[in-house]
Amino acid sequence: MMKQWQVAKRILPLLAVFSLLLSACGREDLSVMKPQGPVAQGQYDLMKLSIAIMIVVLIIVFAIAAYVLIRFRRRSGQNDIPEQVEGSFKLEVIWTAIPLLLVIVLAVPTVKEIFAQGADLSNDPNAVQVKVTSHQYWWEFTYPQYDVTTAQDLIIPTDKKIAFELKTADVIHSFWVPSLAGKMDTNPDGTLNKFSFSAPNEGVYRGKCAELCGRSHAYMEFKVKAVSPEAFDRWVAEMKAPAVLPEDTQLAEKFKTNCLSCHAVGDQGGPVAPNLTGIGGKESVAGILLNQREGQEEGKPVLDNMKEWLHDPQSVKPGNTMPSPKDLGLTDEEIDGIAEYLANYKLDYE
Amino acid sequence: MDWITTVDHKKIAVLYLAAGGLFFGIGGIEAILIRIQLMKPMNDFVSAQVFNELITMHGTTMIFLGVMPIIFAIMNAVVPLQIGARDVAFPFVNALGFWTFLFGGLLLNLSWIMGGAPDAGWTSYTPLSGSEYSGTHGVDFYTIGLQIAGLGTLIGGINFLATIITMRAPGMSYMRMPMFTWTTFITSAIILFAFPAITVGLVLLTFDRILDANFFDVAGGGNPVLWQHIFWIFGHPEVYILILPAFGIISEVIPTFARKRLFGYSSMVFATILIAFLGFMVWAHHMFTTGLGTIANALFSISTMLIAVPTGIKIFNWLFTMWGGRIRFTAANLFAVGFIPTFVMGGVTGVMLASAPADFQFHDTYFVVAHFHYVIVGGLVLGIFSGLHYWWPKMFGRILSESLGKWTFWTFMIGFQLTFFVQHFLGLMGMQRRIVSYLPNQDFDLLNLVSTIGAFLMGVGVIIFLVNIVITTKKPVNAPNDPWEDGRTLEWTIPSPPPEYNFKQTPLVRGIDAYWKEKMAGNTEMTPAEPVGSIHMPSATPLPFVMSVGIFIAGLGLMFSKDDFGNAFMNGLFNNYIVLIIGLVITFGAMMLRSLYDDHGWHIEPEDQDEKGARK
Ligand code: HEM
Ligand SMILES: [Cu+2]
Repeated sequence: MMKQWQVAKRILPLLAVFSLLLSACGREDLSVMKPQGPVAQGQYDLMKLSIAIMIVVLIIVFAIAAYVLIRFRRRSGQNDIPEQVEGSFKLEVIWTAIPLLLVIVLAVPTVKEIFAQGADLSNDPNAVQVKVTSHQYWWEFTYPQYDVTTAQDLIIPTDKKIAFELKTADVIHSFWVPSLAGKMDTNPDGTLNKFSFSAPNEGVYRGKCAELCGRSHAYMEFKVKAVSPEAFDRWVAEMKAPAVLPEDTQLAEKFKTNCLSCHAVGDQGGPVAPNLTGIGGKESVAGILLNQREGQEEGKPVLDNMKEWLHDPQSVKPGNTMPSPKDLGLTDEEIDGIAEYLANYKLDYE
Repeated sequence: MDWITTVDHKKIAVLYLAAGGLFFGIGGIEAILIRIQLMKPMNDFVSAQVFNELITMHGTTMIFLGVMPIIFAIMNAVVPLQIGARDVAFPFVNALGFWTFLFGGLLLNLSWIMGGAPDAGWTSYTPLSGSEYSGTHGVDFYTIGLQIAGLGTLIGGINFLATIITMRAPGMSYMRMPMFTWTTFITSAIILFAFPAITVGLVLLTFDRILDANFFDVAGGGNPVLWQHIFWIFGHPEVYILILPAFGIISEVIPTFARKRLFGYSSMVFATILIAFLGFMVWAHHMFTTGLGTIANALFSISTMLIAVPTGIKIFNWLFTMWGGRIRFTAANLFAVGFIPTFVMGGVTGVMLASAPADFQFHDTYFVVAHFHYVIVGGLVLGIFSGLHYWWPKMFGRILSESLGKWTFWTFMIGFQLTFFVQHFLGLMGMQRRIVSYLPNQDFDLLNLVSTIGAFLMGVGVIIFLVNIVITTKKPVNAPNDPWEDGRTLEWTIPSPPPEYNFKQTPLVRGIDAYWKEKMAGNTEMTPAEPVGSIHMPSATPLPFVMSVGIFIAGLGLMFSKDDFGNAFMNGLFNNYIVLIIGLVITFGAMMLRSLYDDHGWHIEPEDQDEKGARK
C-alpha cells in the first residue's frame, strides 16, 4: 500500500497538469472529460490514473529512443564493429519488473471500481427504475414504478439513483451518456444488462447509440434531462393526464387513424412507435433534429423540425420504419396541421 | 501461365505481394472515402448505407486481404531462405493456399458490383448481420468469401509450421533461428488455433442466413452474444497474427542497421511465446460492455494488462540493441525506428482500454479507432514497409530508391500521426465510431478535418512507394548478395534474387546470426553441410488454381441458391444447387487427379546450377 502511495504521489503533479489539459476538451453535456455524475467521475479518475502512468512510460521510452538514435548514429568513416552484446540479465529483469509494477498500480483501482459500479439496484426502492428498450433507431423509456412510458428524452430527478434495465427490440444497440456514465449494450432477451447512474446537477445531457445498428446508427441520439424532484413529480403527473388531441375534429380523426395506430399520446394509441405525449416540449424531434432552447445557440424552432420530419422521415433517418405520412394519404396541409398540433403539445412541469 | 502453375515459394511470395497490394489499395481507397465523408459535419458525400458498406469492407479488406497476404508474401520470400531450405514443406499446398485466398478475396469484393457489399461491420455482430436486418447478399459475400480466404490462411500457416519444424539447415536449433522465423513460427501456431474458431463461426452464420438455422436467433432459442465470443476468440489472436510478424521484421532490421546482434534474444523468444499465449486468454476485453458481469470483467481486465509486460520486454530489447551500435538510417531502418514510438503509443492506449470501467467510456468510440490504427498501421504497416524496403533486393534483385523511400516514410508517418492522434480526443469528447455523420457544434469539426487531411497525406506516401517500385523495376538486376553489407542471416549468403533451388548446398549453421558469425571468422561464404549434387524440384501444376476456381464457383452457387433470377434457366441452375455441385465437382476432380497421378518432380543437375539466380 505504502509503495502504491509513493508512486501515486509522484504521478500527482502530472495528473494535475493533465486534468487541466484534458478538461479543456469538449462540451460539458457530452464529453467524457467533463463528468457530471459520480459514475462518470469514477471512470474519469481511472482514466486519468492510466493516462498518467502511460505518459510516464511514453516519456521514458521516447527519451531513451531519442538518446540512442542521436548518440549512436553511424558517422562517416566509422567502420568499426561494435561489441556484440548478448543481453543483460539484470536489465531484462528490470524491464520486466517495472511494467509489472505499473500494471499492479492500475489493476488494483480498476478492480475496485469494477465491483463498485457493478452493484445491482434493480430492487432498491429508493432508486428510480427505468426500463430502456432500444429500437432501430429510437429509444423507449418505461418507468414501471410510475406506469409511464416516453421516448427520446429520458427525464430523471436529480436526487435519486436511476437503475436501468436494458433490452433491445431488434438488433444490439449500446446506451451511452458520456458525461454521466460509460456505455452498456442492449441485448435481446436472455442476457439483459443492468446498471445505474445519477445526475446530481440539473441539465440536459447528450446520449448516443454506440453500437453499429444499421443505416441510421449515427442518428440514434437521445437526451437525458435531469430535473428537480418536484419537477419530476409534476412531469409524471402530466404524462398520466388524458391525451390532448387536435382541436379540429377532422384532423383529430386523421391523426387517430393514421398515427395512433403505432404512436401513443396520453392514454390513447399504440406502443409500437415512440410515445408522443408532450413532444412539442422535447429537446429534439426524432432524437436528431435539435429544437431551439434557451441558452443554446443551435437548433431550429420545433415546428420547423416537426415539418421536416413529417414531410420526409426517410431523409432524416434513413432506414427507419415509420411510413411517410404522404404515403398514408395525408395532404400537405394536413401534415402541416398535425405538425403544428404536435409542436404545441407541451407539458408544463418545469 | 507460368505464374498460374508455379509452386516456387519465391514466386508465390510475389503473387501474395501483388494480390495483397491490390487489396490494400482497395482498402485504402475505401478509407479515403470514409474520411472524405467525415471531413465535415452532416456531409452527404455518401449515403448511410454506402457508408456502412465502406467501413465494413475497409476493415474486412485491410485485415484479411490487405496486410495478412503481404505478411504471407514476406514470410514466403524470406523464411525458407532464413532457415537454409530449398522451398517450403508442401509447395503444392502453398500454391493452393494462395489461390484460395485470392478467390476468396475476389468473391468478397465482387459484392460491390453484385448487389450490395456487407454492411454489418467487420465484426458482423448478430442479429444485425442476420438475414432479417441485412437483407442483401452482402453478409453472404462476407461469410463465404472469408471462409474461402481463411482456408488459404490456415493452409499457409500449417505449411510454415511444417517447414520450420522439419526443414531447418543442419545446426540451426530452435534457439538459433532468426527472430523473423521465430515470429512466423508462433504466428502460424496462432493461426492453427484461431482460424478454426472463425471457420466454425462463419459456417454457423452461413447456416443461419442461408438455411434458416437458429444459432444466433433468440426467437429460435439461439444467442447473439455467442457470435461475439466466437468472433473474438478468433479476433483477438488475429491481432497478434498481424503484429508478431512485424515484431519479427523489426528484430531483423534494427540489428542489421545497428551492426549489433539482437539484445536479449532468448527473452525475445519467450516474450513472443508469452504474448501468443496471453493473446488467447483475453478475447472478452472486446466485450466488457456486452455485460459479462463483474468477475469476468475483472479477470479479463487484469489478464489484458499483463500483455504489457512481454511487450515492454520487446521494446526495451530493441532500444538496447541500438545502444552502442552504429545506426544507419536507411529507408528500411527509418520505418523500423519509426515503428517503436508509434507502436508504444498503441500499446499504452491498449493498457488504458484494458481497465474495464474506463473501457465503458472508450469502447466503440474514436478512441478505439485511434488505438487499433496505432497498432495496425503504426505497428504493422510500418513494419511491412520496413520489411519490403529491406528484403526487396533479395526478392527482386533491385534495391529500392533510398531517397524515394525516405519520402515515403516522412509523408506516411506525418500523415499517420495527423490522422490518428486527434482521434483519441474525438473519442473522449463523445464521438462514437462507425457513424456516417455527426451534428455540428460538438467540437468534432476541426479534429475531423485534420484527420482527413492526414489520411490524404498517407495516401501520398503510398503513391510515392508505388512510384518507387515502378522506377526500380526499370533498373537492371544488379543487387549483390548482401546489399546492406551487414546482413546477419542466411538469406544474405545467396544471390539476389536467389536461384530456383535457393541453396546449391545446404549451409551448416554454427550459431545465432549464422552469416555474421562466418563473416566475423573471416569467411565470405557459409560452410556447406553437403556435397554438390542433383537437386530435386517439385513440378509446376495448374491444379491448385483449378481447385480454387471450383471452390469459388461453389461459393457463388451456395450464396444464390435461393434467389429468383426471373429466368427459368438461371433459377434451375442455382435453385437446384447445380452450380454448387459443379463447383465442388471441379474441386474434388482436381483433388482426385492430384492423388491418382503420381508426379515425382524433376531434378536440377550440378552442371545446370549456375550461381546467379535467373528468374524464369
Ligand atoms: C490510409 C489509412 C487508413 C485510414 C485513413 C483509415 C481510416 C479508418 C476509418 C475512418 C475507419 C472508420 C472508423 C469507424 O467509424 O468505425 C476505419 C475503420 C477500420 N480500419 Fe482503418 N484506416 C486506414 C488503414 C487501415 C489499415 C491498414 C487497417 C488494417 C490493416 C485498418 C483497419 C480498420 C478496421 C479493422 C476498421 C474497423 C472497421 C469496422 O468498423 O468494421 N485501417 N479506418
Ligand atoms: Cu443503435
